[in-house]
Amino acid sequence: MRTFEYIRAADRADAVARAGSGARFLGGGTNIVDLLRQNVEQASELVDVSRLDGAIRESDGGGLLIDASVRNAALAAHPLVRGRYPVLSRALLAGASAQIRNMATVGGNILQRTRCMYFYDVEGARCNKRQPGTGCDALDGFNRYHAILGASDQCVATHPSDMCVALAMLDALIHLSGPDGERSIRLTDFHVLPNASPQIETVLKPGELITGVELPPPSDAVTHSEYRKVRDRSSYAFALISVAGGLALTDGRVTEARVALGGVAAKPWRAARAEAALIGVAPTEEAFLAAIREELAGAQPLSGNAFKIVLVERTVVALLAALAGAHQ
Amino acid sequence: MTIRVNGTEVSPPDDARISLLDLLREHLHLTGTKKGCDQGACGACTVLLDGNRVLSCLTLAAQAEGSDVRTIEGLAGEGDDLHMLQQAFVEHDGLQCGYCTPGQICSAIAMADELRRGDPSYVTRDIAASPAPVTRAEIRERMSGNLCRCGAHNGIVEAIEHMLRETTA
Repeated sequence: MRTFEYIRAADRADAVARAGSGARFLGGGTNIVDLLRQNVEQASELVDVSRLDGAIRESDGGGLLIDASVRNAALAAHPLVRGRYPVLSRALLAGASAQIRNMATVGGNILQRTRCMYFYDVEGARCNKRQPGTGCDALDGFNRYHAILGASDQCVATHPSDMCVALAMLDALIHLSGPDGERSIRLTDFHVLPNASPQIETVLKPGELITGVELPPPSDAVTHSEYRKVRDRSSYAFALISVAGGLALTDGRVTEARVALGGVAAKPWRAARAEAALIGVAPTEEAFLAAIREELAGAQPLSGNAFKIVLVERTVVALLAALAGAHQ
Repeated sequence: MTIRVNGTEVSPPDDARISLLDLLREHLHLTGTKKGCDQGACGACTVLLDGNRVLSCLTLAAQAEGSDVRTIEGLAGEGDDLHMLQQAFVEHDGLQCGYCTPGQICSAIAMADELRRGDPSYVTRDIAASPAPVTRAEIRERMSGNLCRCGAHNGIVEAIEHMLRETTA
């Protein structure tokens, strides 16, 4: 690990002002400390923003404002999240371990990097994300965990966050502050697909800091929402695939459907085609399967992950069926 | 600013790269806290930071400035008395080699506080309800961040159940 300077920011403006060109912001450190230690990333300064105000409060419109330095554990346990956005609590609690959730911040969770093993293998593997233009050893390697949607011939890595899958389903807004001022962007527009430049993962500009996340007021489908994660062991493991889902029914027909997928792409994947196909249908397993198949029509499996297509289908059908059952 | 480790004020290291784990083990010679994977995958380095369980391998020592750190060495009382959970680990065969034990014990003590607060877990059926029922499935899920390669998990869960019974009675 190369040397760096540690700077504890006094407030958001101080953090943005003190972040030089080689600086990285430090949240809980659960990913970046490891990345620096293994020399996957380098930084001249770490600007610690984990001690800044971490509040969770209702917005004027009846939504929720979450400061970026709120710890994952605190967000998952908050009564307003558990009561109004159950999918978010469950997704957070599906991630990592209790220790890591106590450390990890909301901002850091959004910016965590892929867990592709070739990305971390500095000495032994080629990786276009770590070192553009060198190649991708996952394409013909161990790609059980990799993408089936939106990948490119340069990179097939997935985004590892559970929380972000729920945020994508919830139409969350990300608030940013940087040298050029403040702006907001939808979470679903924040992460970008790899295309020819997999080293570019978000639309964040140099020096910009995630300051918070805003959730719109919960719709009926959000109030009736859940998160289901499938992994190689039952806890403390990254997702093979995961599903955030919510349903609203009126007179036996779907009036609102929300579906987002994790573990399938370089970004949390909002399944808009599946959602559109569900509107107006009777909530049957056949209808759920037909809808998710429309979403997966463009899926492109790799040598080791074709099973993910079936796994997504079955998990979506099971989750939506459980939600529909709970409505009866 | 200093770091309070088991009640003693210590200075943070000059080199910002030093982890809290290395500060404890290499600088303060508190070797009860163990280095297993050094990358956040095993839980052997778990300590209590301001009462919350965290991984000391992924915490920079500088991040702990102004905070209170408690390690396995800080749990027992004066003299030879063990902490209730340490004693329960002995009586319920909660270990074989013992390498993961300090992390397991620090983790379980904080887990008991989380249960008392009513925090949910991934396996809590009704996530809005509080408090969550204390079942074996809940304990196992909440302790999943602490691996034991000897496979002493049954004894570990029994020791924790013993502590939870004693402290809620």
